[in-house]
Amino acid sequence: MRKIINPCGFHCIKVNHLGVSFGDQVVLSDVNLHIHCGSLNAVIGKNGAGKSTLVRAMLNNIEHTGSIEFRDTKNGQMKRLKIGYVPQSVNIEKNTPVSVYDLLAGFESRYPVFLPKSRKVYERMKKSLRIFEAEDLIDKQVCNLSGGQLQRVLLSLAIMDEPNLLLLDEPVSGIDKNGMELFFGTMDYLKKHYDLAIILISHDLDYVAKYADHVVLLDQTVLKQGTVREVYGSPEFEEVFSAGKDETWIKEEKENA
Amino acid sequence: MPDWTSWLEYGFMKNALAAVIIITPLFGLMGTMIVNKKMAYFSDALGHSALTGIAAGVVFGVQNTSISMVVFAIIFALLLNKIAESSTAVDTIISVFSSCSVAVGLVILSKGGNFSKYSSILVGDVLSITKQEIGYLAVIFVITVLFWFFGFNWLNSVCIHKALAGSKGIPVKLMDDIFAVLTALIVVLSIKWVGILIINALLILPAASARNISENMREYHFFSLLFSLFSGVLGLVLSYYTSVATGPMIVILASVIYFATYFWRKI
Repeated sequence: MRKIINPCGFHCIKVNHLGVSFGDQVVLSDVNLHIHCGSLNAVIGKNGAGKSTLVRAMLNNIEHTGSIEFRDTKNGQMKRLKIGYVPQSVNIEKNTPVSVYDLLAGFESRYPVFLPKSRKVYERMKKSLRIFEAEDLIDKQVCNLSGGQLQRVLLSLAIMDEPNLLLLDEPVSGIDKNGMELFFGTMDYLKKHYDLAIILISHDLDYVAKYADHVVLLDQTVLKQGTVREVYGSPEFEEVFSAGKDETWIKEEKENA
Repeated sequence: MPDWTSWLEYGFMKNALAAVIIITPLFGLMGTMIVNKKMAYFSDALGHSALTGIAAGVVFGVQNTSISMVVFAIIFALLLNKIAESSTAVDTIISVFSSCSVAVGLVILSKGGNFSKYSSILVGDVLSITKQEIGYLAVIFVITVLFWFFGFNWLNSVCIHKALAGSKGIPVKLMDDIFAVLTALIVVLSIKWVGILIINALLILPAASARNISENMREYHFFSLLFSLFSGVLGLVLSYYTSVATGPMIVILASVIYFATYFWRKI
């Protein structure tokens, strides 16, 4: 992927009136987002708020209403939006004979992965892994990677064809405190040195507070968006994350015990 | 000393050997993906649907039951794929479809007490294969190998993560459908020689054994093909000298390999 000195700031992505329904159940309605390149945008919300559905809708993986625009603000031209997607996890169980090379080359190359490795493809995959200091993992079995290692491999895969938008569904488990710090450090590096915008579905409010440029509080629709300070200080944030609303039963259980 | 090549003096054994040399690598190849995609149940159901395919041929007066079997299996495979997409309890649905189609097939074929005519399809008989039928198998073999060269990377990506594959521009549904149809074709075209009861074992065992000892796609394919071909050829020869059915003999050898690799992995 092409490294640049600074993001241009002239590209923007607009999500207009996005809505998703499964049958009668409305999961998302009238979601509007405005995202600039070079910014880290965090989407937060409770479980079941529709965060993962938003990701799938933006990937065009499920039917949705509304539109997603990608525009060059300098000349107003519309462009095709390329999304680099990093899923929470992959469907690879223990003992699955898939190496990191197989995973990457399967997605990014037409050279069959069941044939002896092609030096050219191998070097290309290695180069992309190097950005995330993961080139040593290339011959490891994917099922034996730690959560953080897998995430770095998936990041390499996501940015391989120079996306304009990096869409990350942050893993809920498998990454320790050190790994989280490293991950958010990488996000910071990416947004500063590559020409892309980042949307991150996150579960860690502390890290979001520390690193995000723009925060979106989601619950079926956008309850509140803005800077960390604006969102975290809002009554909507208080309403969604106020301690005890969902967890009262845990306390009761403890008292009973 | 016994003569170890005497079996090749018979024309039917030469044909059977040719068939085994085509069928087993084909099964080894398809098996790698069927096992990774956890479609063992699916391919089993396809095998069972062959009975209904024959029955449908009898009902509609089709002379060549291979054609009715192929048509029915393709419809069956696409239908299962479609339903599996929108449901979570896939194994239940497959089981319902499978038992239902077996029952319909048995009812029609057993009408008038005629089922013994068709019972050979349960166990299969590779020794009765003709040159022309070997030709059909060779054609499907070439198609599969070509598809593997051009489509395997995508197939593997779809298996690893559908949404991720979609985001990279891979036609997820199309790949799933092509694979299902190809599996259906291979299963019904080889069912007469392998038999409904054991066809799935031949699809699954070599790949499952290879999976026990492989770390990447190259080892996986190599061992799956090797185990499949080895148990196929050795099973044919052994069945000749011991006068037992060929298919089950091959499956027994493949099972022995499976357990050997299983314990190899443990130590």
